[in-house]
Amino acid sequence: MNDHVESPEQEEISGEPSSAQNGNFHQFISFKVGNEEFAIDIMAVREIKGWTETAPLPNQPDYNLGVLNLRGTIVPTFDLGCRFGMGRTETTPYHVFIIATVQERTIGLLVDAVSDILTVNDDQIRPVPDMERMTAAEFLSGIITVEESMVVLLSLEKLFHTGDLANAAEIAA
Amino acid sequence: MAKKVLTVDDSKTMRDMVRFTLSGAGFDVVEAEDGVQALSVLGTTSVDLIITDINMPNMDGVTLVRQVRGGSSHRGVPILVLTTEGGDAKKADGKAAGATGWIVKPFTPDKLVQVVNKVCP
Amino acid sequence: MTGSSFNADDLAQFKQTFFDECAELLADLEERLAAMQEETADSEALNAIFRAVHSIKAGAGAFGFTQLVQFAHRFEALLDRMRDGLVEQSERVADILVRAGDILACLVEASQSEQDLGENYGSEVCDEIDLLLAEIDGLESVLTSDEGNSVDTVVSEGPQEDQKNTVCTFLIEFAPKAELFRHANEPLFLIRELQGLGQVETECSLERLPALGSMEPEDAYLSWNLTLTTDKPEEDVREVFEFVEDDCDLKISAVQPEDVTHGSLSFHILDDVPETGDEDKSPGESDAEVLVAAKPATEPAAVVANVPVNAQKTSAAAPKAKATATPAQSTGVSSIRVDLDRVDRLVNVVGELVIAQSMQAQETEDRQGGHDFLINQANEDMSRIVREIQECVMAIRMQPVKSVFSRMPRLVREVSSKLNKQVRLLTEGEQTEVDKTVIEELADPLTHMIRNAIDHGIESPEEREGAGKKAAGAIKLLARHAGGNIIIQVIDNGSGINKDALLKKAISKGIVAEDAKLSDEEIEELIFAPGFSTAQAVTDVSGRGVGMDVVRRNINKLGGRISVQSVQGKGTCFTLTIPLSLAVLDGMLVAIGSEKYILPLASIVESFRPLDEQLRALAGGGEVVSMRGEYIRLIRAHHLFNVPGAVTDPCQGLVVVTETANGGKVGLLVDELIGQQQVVIKSIQENFDPVLGVSGATILGNGRVALILDIEQLKSMPVSADTWKPSSPEQSEASPANGDEAQIIAPEKMTDTEGMQVPATV
Repeated sequence: MNDHVESPEQEEISGEPSSAQNGNFHQFISFKVGNEEFAIDIMAVREIKGWTETAPLPNQPDYNLGVLNLRGTIVPTFDLGCRFGMGRTETTPYHVFIIATVQERTIGLLVDAVSDILTVNDDQIRPVPDMERMTAAEFLSGIITVEESMVVLLSLEKLFHTGDLANAAEIAA
Repeated sequence: MAKKVLTVDDSKTMRDMVRFTLSGAGFDVVEAEDGVQALSVLGTTSVDLIITDINMPNMDGVTLVRQVRGGSSHRGVPILVLTTEGGDAKKADGKAAGATGWIVKPFTPDKLVQVVNKVCP
Repeated sequence: MTGSSFNADDLAQFKQTFFDECAELLADLEERLAAMQEETADSEALNAIFRAVHSIKAGAGAFGFTQLVQFAHRFEALLDRMRDGLVEQSERVADILVRAGDILACLVEASQSEQDLGENYGSEVCDEIDLLLAEIDGLESVLTSDEGNSVDTVVSEGPQEDQKNTVCTFLIEFAPKAELFRHANEPLFLIRELQGLGQVETECSLERLPALGSMEPEDAYLSWNLTLTTDKPEEDVREVFEFVEDDCDLKISAVQPEDVTHGSLSFHILDDVPETGDEDKSPGESDAEVLVAAKPATEPAAVVANVPVNAQKTSAAAPKAKATATPAQSTGVSSIRVDLDRVDRLVNVVGELVIAQSMQAQETEDRQGGHDFLINQANEDMSRIVREIQECVMAIRMQPVKSVFSRMPRLVREVSSKLNKQVRLLTEGEQTEVDKTVIEELADPLTHMIRNAIDHGIESPEEREGAGKKAAGAIKLLARHAGGNIIIQVIDNGSGINKDALLKKAISKGIVAEDAKLSDEEIEELIFAPGFSTAQAVTDVSGRGVGMDVVRRNINKLGGRISVQSVQGKGTCFTLTIPLSLAVLDGMLVAIGSEKYILPLASIVESFRPLDEQLRALAGGGEVVSMRGEYIRLIRAHHLFNVPGAVTDPCQGLVVVTETANGGKVGLLVDELIGQQQVVIKSIQENFDPVLGVSGATILGNGRVALILDIEQLKSMPVSADTWKPSSPEQSEASPANGDEAQIIAPEKMTDTEGMQVPATV
């Protein structure tokens, strides 16, 4: 795993052979939800915040955990496990929120634990296998293998697309 | 610690005078403009004495007294109602609702402090 | 420490407050009295009028304005009889009231300018009032009314000379009843008070004390036999028991000193009560240690209590700041232009500072149990400074309404010339300050209202002259502060609202049922109904579909309210009440189940715990609660929001009655009121979609988020919560993504109820 943890800058300087292939490097933050490992683009992540109580928003889907106070900003939070159909996470002080920016909105993602920072060359990213009726799986942007185990890359843009804003506003009005 | 007094009056003049007089006599004074505000102040602050006017918008003094006596947090706190001269009926109303005593308006600073000391020394 | 009266400076300051208050009260009084000319005042209006006169009287008494007190007392007596329904409202009475109002205003003015209007000023009206009262009460009662007392003022009272009585001994038998304790009286304090009069010997009787098992904790069992030797008269002794007369068995008898026999069972309960011979002594003075602790603690608290005052003074302080800035102008640095973004950032950061500070204070207090004087002191200082910073920062954003008001004269000229009407525009309170964002939002509604006033309110010169009015109409634009709000009024002396025409039109448009019985106020409210335009013909100027409903909606968006009062033939007055700033809100923190929410304080009318018989379920799932004969819709927020653990029986919780934008009332069921606090409004929509029933959020002192409830939206939410609980993610439009996408990730966890089945392939 260590091979993947170095930043692109370091690699350019050291020019380590293991990752010397030409191409673009990307960094991801990987985290655990249940028994599975996911990762998101590090550029979207603003900070990692320890678990804190949230104020539930009324009449939201189960995976919406409500809002938390991030130094004066109201940030909505989502239970990724619940979002993936694993039921509501029973939170403990050891859970963390990944505070991320998606389409200029700041959101919090509840995960079990942050695992690592992965530096990945573009050609290490395998495409999600073509699957029947998988048009909805757009938010899986790829799969990488880290130490024999599989990490699924998520596209937050697609997971939290805001196209429904207009509808939501209509309901509220 | 200084004793805390809640003065409830829709007239700012009256509140000012009560506050001035009592803070001069070593009390902490908090204010409310009517009964509703008073109850909300009492929800967050614990006071040692309540001085309330009778005639106020939203919730009058008699109702306030009744509410406080019926509640749990301040039921044992002395309450003085402010009445005008000849307001015997008001005194009786206040008393029936559970007021501790009354102060007749207009009052001198001395008189106010004296009455306050009587119920909340 | 406490002189027998206030010193000159303080008195002058109180007087100023008093006269400011009088001005407000008189304006309100005048308005209400004028309205009474046209229609019978309801009990609420009468109460308000009574309170205004009463407040003026009470203040006047404190400052020794004898004539004002006397007159107000007469006035008040009449109003009191009216409130009791003893005096019927007639033209004659309305006339007397208006004239009395004028005299009261003149007397206030005279008191302020220290003018003497002559002893007989207003005596005509006084006589008329007396006559009126005599008709009801009978003549004697007026003549022997307690007005003699009312003349007593602080100034005339003066320190009472102690009458040197001969020394006398009183035997006092004092047996408190349970009520005495229920009214929070304390025998100990009374005995202490007696000590102030002279030598007291106490004997406590335990006769009534029952066995421990049968003791009621709140009952009274002890009684005292007291022997007081004093040179004061018996009245003074009785006065000590003034408050408890009815709550105890009391026997006071004067005896010769040699007659006094002490009981063998003397119980000197007062041994540990400090001697307080001097009644003027302030509490704590007897104990030096307490005094030291009490003194400094008082000051910050007083400052906190002052906060609303300071907020109101912002406008007063601003001209001062300008004045001091003027000499600096010669050096060229009187003001700087700052980007609004920077100010906003400052406002935000300071908002966080306030929260962080209160968290820190709470935390340190919790940790050291509130015993460390220095830390408490530091916390209080800090809290004061932080609040001051917050006020200063808010003040930066404040601007006088002049910038909007100044656009109006041109508008009036344009519109009136187009309509061939003569209109004068008067403005008052242009220097009243309000948050910049509010000012920007004011321009449109005001423009619209002034247009309306000229178009529909002010008549043509011919019509006006025909009605015996001046050819030129007038519109007054008025701004002032009241609490945390700015009040803006648009008053015209035009034709007023034609209620009949309005009602007819509403019926024809189907807004109101044909057989509906509406009060005058309800009819006036109709002009805010959507799609309503009262113009006889659609004119070029207003009446283009944008009605007062849009104005109301815009004002509501600012967290404000608009109301209208109109007297047909005389004019119309629109009153806008808008919070000074959009960034802060005076809120009431309420608990519903495990959650805490903020309700805007401005919308709360009252709260009460209903009795079972006050509740009524309606067919179709609705519920009402009756309050003084009025039926109010009951909204169960815990139901609408699905909050677990909330109080579901209204008789165990509290119904908070709130006023909605259209003047109606709804009752919101909550578990309890936690307290009032000013909160910084945070947007949810910055990072999320709008949430129904919630207008925003705020951060509480403990750092947690509390949602700010939107009563209007709650009102419009369907009664049955089930329809609002999204049964699956894809049904919820507001959900950030579709449910079936999610199941691909964790197919083994997929459930049938979640809809579409997707093969597990990952």
